Amino acid sequence: MSFRARHLLGIQHLAPDEIRAVLDLADKYVEFNRRSIKKSDALAGMTQINMFFENSTRTQASFELAGKRLGADVMNMAVAQSSVKKGETLIDTALTLNAMHPDLLVVRHGASGAVNLLAEKVNCAVLNAGDGRHEHPTQALLDALTIRRAKGRIQRLTVAICGDVAHSRVARSNLILLGKMENRVRLVAPPTLMPAGVQEFGCEVFDDMEKGLEGADVVMMLRLQKERMDGGFIPSEREYYHRYGLDAEKLSHAKPDAIVMHPGPMNRGVEIDGEIADDINRSVIQEQVEMGVAVRMACMDLLARNLRAERGARAAGVMV
Amino acid sequence: MTVFLENARIINPETLEESTGNLILDDGMIAAICSASAPKGAQVIDCAGKCLAPGIVDLGVKIGEPGERHRESFRSAGLAAAAGGVTTIIARPDTSPAIDTPEVLEFVTRRAAEAPVRIHHMAALTKSRAGREMVEIGFMLDAGALAFTDCDHVVTDTKVLGRALSYARSLGALVIGHPQDPGLSKGAAVTSGKFASLLGLPGVHQMAERIGLDRDLGMVEMTGVRYHADQITCARSLPPLERAKANGLDVTAGVSIHHLTLNDLDVGDYRSFFKMTPPLRPEEDRVAVVEAVASGLIDIICSMHSPQDEESKRLPFEDAAPGAVALQTFLPAAMRLYHAGAMGLPMLFRAMSLNPAKRLGLPQGRMAEGAPADLVLFDPDAPFMLDRSTLLSKSKNTPFDGQRMEGRVIATFVAGRQVFGQEGMINA
Repeated sequence: MSFRARHLLGIQHLAPDEIRAVLDLADKYVEFNRRSIKKSDALAGMTQINMFFENSTRTQASFELAGKRLGADVMNMAVAQSSVKKGETLIDTALTLNAMHPDLLVVRHGASGAVNLLAEKVNCAVLNAGDGRHEHPTQALLDALTIRRAKGRIQRLTVAICGDVAHSRVARSNLILLGKMENRVRLVAPPTLMPAGVQEFGCEVFDDMEKGLEGADVVMMLRLQKERMDGGFIPSEREYYHRYGLDAEKLSHAKPDAIVMHPGPMNRGVEIDGEIADDINRSVIQEQVEMGVAVRMACMDLLARNLRAERGARAAGVMV
Repeated sequence: MTVFLENARIINPETLEESTGNLILDDGMIAAICSASAPKGAQVIDCAGKCLAPGIVDLGVKIGEPGERHRESFRSAGLAAAAGGVTTIIARPDTSPAIDTPEVLEFVTRRAAEAPVRIHHMAALTKSRAGREMVEIGFMLDAGALAFTDCDHVVTDTKVLGRALSYARSLGALVIGHPQDPGLSKGAAVTSGKFASLLGLPGVHQMAERIGLDRDLGMVEMTGVRYHADQITCARSLPPLERAKANGLDVTAGVSIHHLTLNDLDVGDYRSFFKMTPPLRPEEDRVAVVEAVASGLIDIICSMHSPQDEESKRLPFEDAAPGAVALQTFLPAAMRLYHAGAMGLPMLFRAMSLNPAKRLGLPQGRMAEGAPADLVLFDPDAPFMLDRSTLLSKSKNTPFDGQRMEGRVIATFVAGRQVFGQEGMINA
């Protein structure tokens, strides 16, 4: 099997054939999810714990649904509100959980690298559901699946990622994935929201949105992360919308068949015009949500297979 | 008691020469450097051709007293220092509470007596290192403070800083600054750039150090104070430093051994033991700073020994405490510079022993008759793998854990008395 990873911590650690393996399997789960009876036993007997140190509705629901459809026992730990966040360290939380023998741990945390740290301390498969401004691998995979289904391929496309790149883990994971699959990536943002040194990742950098969108196949908008703003990154929301908000005029610089994406939740009238977001001919935002469940099912299925194989090998080793 | 050290490769940081010969230690001093044989009744130690250099004078060691004795005590720091060839520790005042009154200074001076090496103290420049009011600089000088520093707290109010520097100048006190623009570096965990962006960690540009240095040098020019920049770690900071020295300002600069031997990529997969203040720099900066030490532009290499317990380090990188223990790894790490051909041993010991002693007005750091017999005997080529559990510091937060090192301390002498001896080689 071409998917060899033990954890899904970031796109950075995946090889192109592993990415393809996820997308191929996810395609099957898309069809599966459209059936009236959507229940598999791929994860039967396994325990999935969702641990979201940052509040999330959409991603957590998507992971929960994915696990349940695959037959896992799914538990949501409300760590964002509980005492876990205050006194106990991340390591202690990990050790406590590990003692309960979960098989899949889905973690979101506000600090970059926190999920990697946790993965070192547990025996189960860990899925990164977003760590700080580092990575959000399932989002990049679902975006790739959406693009592949809309465009028929995930190579040699020009993709413009626009908005708050600096604070966005979605942008980072997408940038890495699209680069690995040999696409042209452009980053469009005001200089205050552009991370340092990104030119060296092999992408083009624009602070003029119209130039950045010129000839793009895919326009990927990012949420303006207001909660992350220390203050003073942009003069005002309305100036931001004027210069970087996606409207019909700016979109006209992209290819006529360019698709519009957004990881959600959207700030209509800040980074995207409401009409564009709802335009069924251009926007694939609802598809992205659908692909999300399928991609997460595929990831968990593949990780569970590797986990079983590893445990089988270990058991065999003990008997010898 | 008289000690006779024979057949040593003698490192002289003053003359920048190496020679082979014998040393006679008497009454805590180097009585003679000669080729004669042992005087009657002397304890004879065969150095077997290994290197003998003035013991390291480490400017800027954090010891957890008062306040954090579980991280490091004077005794544990002293043992680690002795095992690392550090014969004089200049302790930092960033304790809890800060060393900002003569009473606290007296307390730590008393406590320091339990260490096997010499310990001197620095005092805070402002009360509680808060940057609002200057400390009793005169009283503290009388009580033995060697220098005044708020460590990594930058005094942002230039009015307060200007007055403190003027007052310090009138007493001839040395002030140590931390060149850093606190606005730019606020919240930063690494140096900004490609690597920081890849890891999604908040970064600080090298210009933050340069802007901080420019400001401090302006204040030095205004007040005429004796000034030392604790850590210069970026290529961009070197031209203003060079200009200040050429213009005759009484300015020196230091750098930590970590910034000379590690770079920002060493952080790798969020390894918090590599989190430092200021953060580790890209390789170009490291190379430039190594050259600046070799040319003498940067005067002093220090360990910036900063003990942290496991709980402070086993956190997501952004939340982890910065700093590393280094007393015991200082010399082996410095040997990397020697083996890489960056500079010879005499130049290294000029930066590690002679220059800090000179800057602080101490008689140590010299390999000469009549100098204090504070010495380190070491084998610059002895290889070993560092296991952090073997460190004598109470805290084990070293970035060199599991790494191959070359250079071992064989024995350490303070005032002619052996305070450390490598097992199986020389008995302490």
